[in-house]
Amino acid sequence: MSEALISARGLTKRYGDFTAVDAIDFDVAKGESFGLLGPNGAGKSTTMRIIAATSQRTSGTITILGRDPEEHGPQIRAHLGVVPQQDNLDTELTVTENLFIYGRYFGLGKRFIRTKIEELLEFAQLEEKRDVKVDALSGGMKRRLTIARALVSEPDILMLDEPTTGLDPQARHILWDRLFRLKELGVTLVITTHFMDEAEQLCDRLVVMDKGKIMAEGSPLELIKTYSTKEVLEVRFGSDRNKEIAPTLRAMCSRMEELPDRILMYVEDGEALLEEILNKKLHPTTSLVRRSSLEDVFLRLTGRTLIE
Amino acid sequence: MNSGINVAKVRSIGAIYVAEARMSAMLKWKGIIAIVAIGNPLFYLVAIGIGVGVLVSENSGTSGTGGVEYITFIAPALLASAAITGALDEAMFPVMEGFKWRKLFYAMNATPITGPQIALGVFIAALARVAFTVICYWAVLIAFGVMSVEQSWDVIPVTIFAAGAFAAIIMGITAKVKNDDYFMTVLGRLIIMPMFLFSGTFFPLNTMPIYLQPIGWISPLWHATELGRHFSYGYSISAQMLVIHFAFLLALLICGFALANRTFTTRLTK
Ligand SMILES: Nc1ncnc2c1ncn2[C@@H]1O[C@H](COP(=O)(O)OP(=O)(O)OP(=O)(O)O)[C@@H](O)[C@H]1O
Ligand SMILES: [Mg+2]
Repeated sequence: MSEALISARGLTKRYGDFTAVDAIDFDVAKGESFGLLGPNGAGKSTTMRIIAATSQRTSGTITILGRDPEEHGPQIRAHLGVVPQQDNLDTELTVTENLFIYGRYFGLGKRFIRTKIEELLEFAQLEEKRDVKVDALSGGMKRRLTIARALVSEPDILMLDEPTTGLDPQARHILWDRLFRLKELGVTLVITTHFMDEAEQLCDRLVVMDKGKIMAEGSPLELIKTYSTKEVLEVRFGSDRNKEIAPTLRAMCSRMEELPDRILMYVEDGEALLEEILNKKLHPTTSLVRRSSLEDVFLRLTGRTLIE
Repeated sequence: MNSGINVAKVRSIGAIYVAEARMSAMLKWKGIIAIVAIGNPLFYLVAIGIGVGVLVSENSGTSGTGGVEYITFIAPALLASAAITGALDEAMFPVMEGFKWRKLFYAMNATPITGPQIALGVFIAALARVAFTVICYWAVLIAFGVMSVEQSWDVIPVTIFAAGAFAAIIMGITAKVKNDDYFMTVLGRLIIMPMFLFSGTFFPLNTMPIYLQPIGWISPLWHATELGRHFSYGYSISAQMLVIHFAFLLALLICGFALANRTFTTRLTK
């Protein structure tokens, strides 16, 4: 791995008696796209705020761009772009005013910011809304503006806390496309999400978090290889019959998960297994063979689904 | 790495950037701010000068006001009230917005800007608003011949200073607030209202029963009013009292900033 831009060891954050982040270790390399995947309350946002050199850790060590945030907060923050989970734009000001004011906070010159704003309006597809008050933007537009705002200083690390939550599928794809472009430009991305497809699309490497702890780490492919099988067969028999048939099915595969509405069977060859089931005259009401995903990794690691 | 970033500059004048942002937001309300700044003294002048003033002078001459016209007596007090109301608006609401309603301070703090710089920036913007209000008010008073320019110009910096001290303490206290509904009610009804009634605005504080006078003593408005009278029409106060008034306001300013700096930092780094 090349030079680590972020390096955490035993990183811990407590709120009173409650441990939100529990002694986690991770490194993020330059140019890498690093993800924190986990369910609600896993400690993703808390970790992000510590990396963003705002929230203070309780114990452990962390360096960001080679510096300790406790001593060099402003110097570190100067080179970060932060997209918080909840937009905190100044809704009374216009789109361009928001970008301009934010640029000033980095000590950037007025001329530089003005030129940059044009570029960012195009990037965020907000040219037509340039003089509109933020109040009047749609949720997706606000999100894009928040991301554009984080880019005004051309950050070395862009931190995105659930960038696409609340967006429709089309808006999500547009955003993914924009983030890909940034990645190509060499910007290091740190992303939290509880969407596995987003993690698979965007992250070179990720950690799976639950209850403040890191459960596993690797590239999406590595994680799937290590913690799941090649394919998954999903079968439904109707909620009463699921229970009754489960023991029979369990004997037919290496691992099985019973969810409230369906049964997941982990195998190398899903079609073959389905045929075997049909041969036993078990007739599921629906069946689906698919490739393993991070969702399955998460289920394996925590016994829970990502989105409850 | 963007070479245009200038951390050293932000370290030294970051508060100015915050003040700029606050003032851009304020300018969205410029019409209303101007109407209030000019309309407020006009209304009072008409109501008090023509209405209440006549009533007071017909009944007690100028004996109750230390030998000056009633309008002269209350003009600096009204000026101080207007300044302090403006200070309240610009110190309390932006802090609630910043921490709670729209979390704007968290956005600022994601940049090289620090908590104490945000506090100072909000303060500078509040002071600008106060200065505008005070100058407008004073100009109206001059235009109506209530004060003379030569004798009363120094009431401007003195009143701005007093309102600034008030802004600082309100900012420090508001930063501590978690439950805003409760706070607004308590502050408005139990602190601000009595302050306007017990600060010697409409009649000298010492005409009140002695057990009510301490409310005035701890009221920034009373100190501002006494100073305003002294500097606008030569109302005489002892050198000792002069020092006490300034010292009290200075103490508020210092405590306000000490509290704000600490609270802003802890709240943002939580
Ligand atoms: N300021 C705070 N005070 C007390 N507890 C907090 C605070 N911030 C977060 N927590 C707690 O820490 C835990 C982790 O919160 P965090 O916001 O980091 O989770 P998350 O993984 O981002 O979840 P989500 O997917 O819902 O955004 C939660 O149980 C939360 O209640
Ligand atoms: Mg979160």
